[in-house]
Amino acid sequence: MSTQQNKEINEFLDKNYEFGFTTEIESETLPPGINEDVIRIISSKKNEPEFLLNWRLKAFAYWKTLKTPDWSQLNINPIDYQSISYFSQPKQSNAPKSLDEVDPKLLETYEKLGIPLHERAQLAGVAVDAVFDSVSVVTTFKDKLAEAGVIFCSFSEAVQDHPQLIKKYLGKVVPYRDNFFAALNAAVFSDGTFVYIPKGVRCPMELSTYFRINEAKTGQFERTLIIADEDSYVSYLEGCTAPMRDENQLHAAVVELITLNNAEIKYSTVQNWYPGDEQGKGGIYNFVTKRGDCRGNNSKISWTQIETGSAITWKYPSCILRGDNSKGEFHSIALTNNLQQADTGTKMIHLGKNTKSKIISKGISAKKSQNTYRGLVSMAKGASDSRNYTQCDSLLIGNKSGAHTFPSINVKNSTSVLEHEATTSKISDEQLFYCQQRGIDEEDAIGLIVSGFCKEVLRELPMEFAVEARALLQVNLEGAIG
Amino acid sequence: MNIEDNIILKISDLSVSTDGNQILNGLNLTVKKGETHAIMGPNGSGKSTLAKTVAGHPDYLITSGKIRFLNKDLLSMSVNERSNLGLFLGFQYPIEIPGLSNTAFLKAAINAQRKFLDLKVMPANEFLLQLKSTADQLGLDQSFLSRGVNEGFSGGEKKRNEIMQMLMLNPKLSILDETDSGLDIDSMKVVARGVNSSRSEDSSTIIITHYERLLNYLVPDYVHVFFNGKIIKTGNLELANELEKKGYEWLVQKK
Repeated sequence: MSTQQNKEINEFLDKNYEFGFTTEIESETLPPGINEDVIRIISSKKNEPEFLLNWRLKAFAYWKTLKTPDWSQLNINPIDYQSISYFSQPKQSNAPKSLDEVDPKLLETYEKLGIPLHERAQLAGVAVDAVFDSVSVVTTFKDKLAEAGVIFCSFSEAVQDHPQLIKKYLGKVVPYRDNFFAALNAAVFSDGTFVYIPKGVRCPMELSTYFRINEAKTGQFERTLIIADEDSYVSYLEGCTAPMRDENQLHAAVVELITLNNAEIKYSTVQNWYPGDEQGKGGIYNFVTKRGDCRGNNSKISWTQIETGSAITWKYPSCILRGDNSKGEFHSIALTNNLQQADTGTKMIHLGKNTKSKIISKGISAKKSQNTYRGLVSMAKGASDSRNYTQCDSLLIGNKSGAHTFPSINVKNSTSVLEHEATTSKISDEQLFYCQQRGIDEEDAIGLIVSGFCKEVLRELPMEFAVEARALLQVNLEGAIG
Repeated sequence: MNIEDNIILKISDLSVSTDGNQILNGLNLTVKKGETHAIMGPNGSGKSTLAKTVAGHPDYLITSGKIRFLNKDLLSMSVNERSNLGLFLGFQYPIEIPGLSNTAFLKAAINAQRKFLDLKVMPANEFLLQLKSTADQLGLDQSFLSRGVNEGFSGGEKKRNEIMQMLMLNPKLSILDETDSGLDIDSMKVVARGVNSSRSEDSSTIIITHYERLLNYLVPDYVHVFFNGKIIKTGNLELANELEKKGYEWLVQKK
């Protein structure tokens, strides 16, 4: 092997998590611990109406009665909920009214992440909401969206400006009683994104939120609520990164989607939280509840997720197919390397007649990582003539990783049709040799083979993000063959 | 011109084992620029082992000998380095890579080579034009280009795909390992035309085959007979014709 090549390989292997930097910025952070007072402080800082505070307190009271769930395929270090700070915001005297008033250090942080918030520098046609620790720092293209009647703002702003919508829809898809982390989130959530697309409007641009955890010893608990009114359409993308820290940090988000008659929401996630180091030290615990309610007839919700980060990922973006002829889709790539664990999948709950769902799950496990698909397809008695297609593929790299599949099927009528296909394969030495014989080095070869394996999911991503997602898969596979 | 400059491949006293079995036993072979060599011989005589060893397959252990490629030490190079320098192996059993399109794969291969040679990435339109005309030349439908690499291809399609890759990568030395096996007469003609079109004064070809048929189209400069891991006879197309009639027995017995 030539010295040049040696050098390249070393540089390659030394390349760490790219987004692991911290921003030196003065923050206002609540002392660690959770109790009613903390919740009251969060609520009053946000100047919330009483109904919201009461809802938080009820959620907290319920959460206290729960135990951390342990049914998953995961190995989780015990979490001390009293050692986490539940609120942190960059110190800034007043909420910025425009980009010029935003702390330049914050803008710089997002620049470094490759997300320029200056509207002129932006990807054409993508509006961004940037959430830093517990608060939304800026939302771009608001005016242009407002012209179309689209509301795209931070959750906190929505609480102030559109309380009637919040009251009507908050917690209706994921009630605080849903699960342990949903209850915790309801009690302490600090910010997030709110989207409302009015009747008959096709949102004129892609919407996206970039979540960034910066402060140490904090958790991030955001809520996203997207409502697509009748005959409307929106495509939304979220991205996530965090600094490299030795301790595990908790991210427990809730996402609720609602589509009314003939509406469609396309929701894409590129999740690249810090995964921890090679020894499994540090990294984000990503425990998220995401659910969409296809409430209206002929409505559609599709989830696309690229999960490459986090020490542990535990999430099941789901669809309740309530409206007749409604459609739910789940396209997922979950890549785990080193000691990462992922337990992810979906639930498709068919309630309406002639409802359809499609599940495409691609799990890739390298090194000593563990990757689990867990899914439920349920067809109620009234969901006559419904259909589901599930394809669940696992790709193993090396001899020490694991792939697990737990599909559940529950059908209560006799006219529905289900198909389930599953494969497990390995990147073979012969495939690598073939690529290398064509001049492609090993790392690139793995990247190509993996992108081929993920093709059906990658093509679901909005164009602007497909390239980013491919690059992300490649970066996260570095050193996958050791 | 220095005589060394005229030599593309020089194999000296090469012995190779795999899985503990000695396959090649002191093989010598020199291939000069512009030459076409055919290698024939019974099953298990070491023909494919030679191809894979030259390409750098990790399962083959070199126990002695040297290989020089373009006057460089081949055995110290990685598999992709050998390829980027201009070595192409047409696989006997081309490998499937599901989901990865033929186009994306070839683009990655060509740009890896160009990067190695310090050239800029090939512009997308130039690449696509070249790819389409090459596919046409081999009678491959355009839809073929967007299909996964060898995924669900027929035997003939796989072999044509190898030749398409060869033509696109424009190698200095092509080793075609039983590219003619499993081909009908028409496909064989197409493949032969493809190989012939790639021949030039600067590049060379080694064809491993069991049959004279392909050789009748290609007319090699040399025909070598392998037995027990070395060359036991060298001739020209007449030797191939003789082998077709008489088999290998007479040569082996004479030995």
